[in-house]
Amino acid sequence: MATSTTFLDTNELVLNMGPQHPSTHGVLRVILKLDGEKVMGADCVIGYLHRGVEKIAENRTYQQFAPYVDRMDYVAAVSNGLGYCLAVETLGGIEVPERAQCVRVILTELNRIASHLLWLGTHALDIGAMTPVFYCFREREEVLKIFEKYCGARLTTHAFRIGGLQYETYDTFEKDCHAFCDWFEKKVDEYEELLTTNRIWVGRTKGVGILDAEACKTYGVTGPVLRAAGVEWDLRKAQPYCGYEKYDFDIPTCANGDTYDRYIVRMQEFRQSVRIIRQAVDSLPEGPIKGRVSKVFKPPIGEAYESIEAPKGELGYYVVSDGSTQPYRLRVRPPSFVNLQALDEMCRGCLVADVVAIIGTIDIVLGEVDR
Amino acid sequence: MDEDKKPEAQTPPAAAQPKAEPVKAASAEAASSGADKPSGTAPAAAAKPPAASPGAAVKPAAPARPPRPKVPPKKAPAVMEVEPWQGSLVDALTERFGDAIKEFSTYRGQDFLVAELPSVASIIEYLKLEQDFDYLVDITAVDNPEKEKRFEVIWIIYSFARNTRIRIKASAGADEKPNTAATLHRTADWLEREVFDMFGIEFEGHPNMTRILLPDEWQGHPLRKEYSIIQQDQDWVRENLQIESAQ
Repeated sequence: MATSTTFLDTNELVLNMGPQHPSTHGVLRVILKLDGEKVMGADCVIGYLHRGVEKIAENRTYQQFAPYVDRMDYVAAVSNGLGYCLAVETLGGIEVPERAQCVRVILTELNRIASHLLWLGTHALDIGAMTPVFYCFREREEVLKIFEKYCGARLTTHAFRIGGLQYETYDTFEKDCHAFCDWFEKKVDEYEELLTTNRIWVGRTKGVGILDAEACKTYGVTGPVLRAAGVEWDLRKAQPYCGYEKYDFDIPTCANGDTYDRYIVRMQEFRQSVRIIRQAVDSLPEGPIKGRVSKVFKPPIGEAYESIEAPKGELGYYVVSDGSTQPYRLRVRPPSFVNLQALDEMCRGCLVADVVAIIGTIDIVLGEVDR
Repeated sequence: MDEDKKPEAQTPPAAAQPKAEPVKAASAEAASSGADKPSGTAPAAAAKPPAASPGAAVKPAAPARPPRPKVPPKKAPAVMEVEPWQGSLVDALTERFGDAIKEFSTYRGQDFLVAELPSVASIIEYLKLEQDFDYLVDITAVDNPEKEKRFEVIWIIYSFARNTRIRIKASAGADEKPNTAATLHRTADWLEREVFDMFGIEFEGHPNMTRILLPDEWQGHPLRKEYSIIQQDQDWVRENLQIESAQ
């Protein structure tokens, strides 16, 4: 009694998505296993952008390598630079002057806003909302203008140096930051009007791609994804660096851990970043902007791990020194790489169309995934 | 302990020659300072001056020594200066694992322990189940080809409840296989695959021990020290990209 099989009995279809796909945010390839419209599993194929950044680090001096880190998470280059500088400064025992720390906080928070704006615009576009992307890029432009005025670069800024800053702030820096904050706060209200209660938006994001707190922890997922699952954890509060303990801000959290909650968390983070920038600009102390670092910088033999709350999660740098001018080993702990691993778990049971929403909600940058 | 070995193994071949040259360049009157150099701190890094007092004694005696400023007066690093790490967690781990953990140290305010490779998996399990270290931050490795056991594998773990981050380090020979942590922490899956991809360290019991960033057919492990920065798998490049070289 052989059972005849027809194409209707085929219960698993393998569908290739990417690496050239508008919704994978770069060169990510996902192999989907489908049962009809339902996703049974998602396999990520990564490495298309692998440049061997960690190998490059072993062949450059500490200062020479600093611009390379901007090319990993290139939408949050300032955060990358901060993490790297902090790790090397810990290793070398370098004190960073207060003014430099304060400017670092301002620029990093501005960069968080820029990074979240790019996420919001493209994420909404993926789901089908055309308008936000134009608004988001308009506002992001203002952040990039501040970067450009400060250091001449818009995207890969290389804003920080080991030991502090290269450039003093420009004349109207404080005024520009305040003007941006006042203007931007109203824009966040605008985005919320467009999306937060929009029925299509809610329908496409609520209950989609759920990752609860336990799953977040076992997958090592950090950042807004973890906070959306109800874990009130932010490295800026848990293990403050760069003087974050001086600023008054909250950690926004939600309870459900779905795509909608992650959206809400990031919208709240816009407002918290604005709060931090205002306080930092108001308390900007006078003084030197660079600590004592010799031109031929040789940290003592040793190792250090420092991590920061990057827009996407915990960004860590593990640096091993053999006492020479070049790192013996430099490891980057990229939040995008680790967070992307949870894609499979989040996609299971969802519809094909939701995969696009879930890739968007994790907020990955392939430059950082592949390094 | 590992760091003690590192400079001894690495620096002497590199240090021997540059050290001799500045002495010669510093002309004949430097002979006295040259004489105390070999007897001084031998395993120090390249171009290191002799220990402070003999060098200082020689300097005023020598009338004109133009190349002198070239020699950095800074004391060269010798070993990683660690402090002992103490506390209830250390006591609990010592009681539980005894000799399997060889060292508890703190460097730059960061705690780490050095363990025997086979017991790392059970240490991670114990820390997760009984000490709340529920977040595996990272797994990585460092290659020291001169050492008897060339790899040092590093696990970074964090506890949300304690707000504490610690590192576990273990030496692994080229053929040794650490046990996977993927059954306890699912994040270990990709992290271990990356270590395998970059160093060629296989993890025992891993569900899918394949390359992750490089193509599956690629030959070589790029983060090993003998792998040159411009090296590539020529055959793979020719076959798949249809070009002679990707350089």
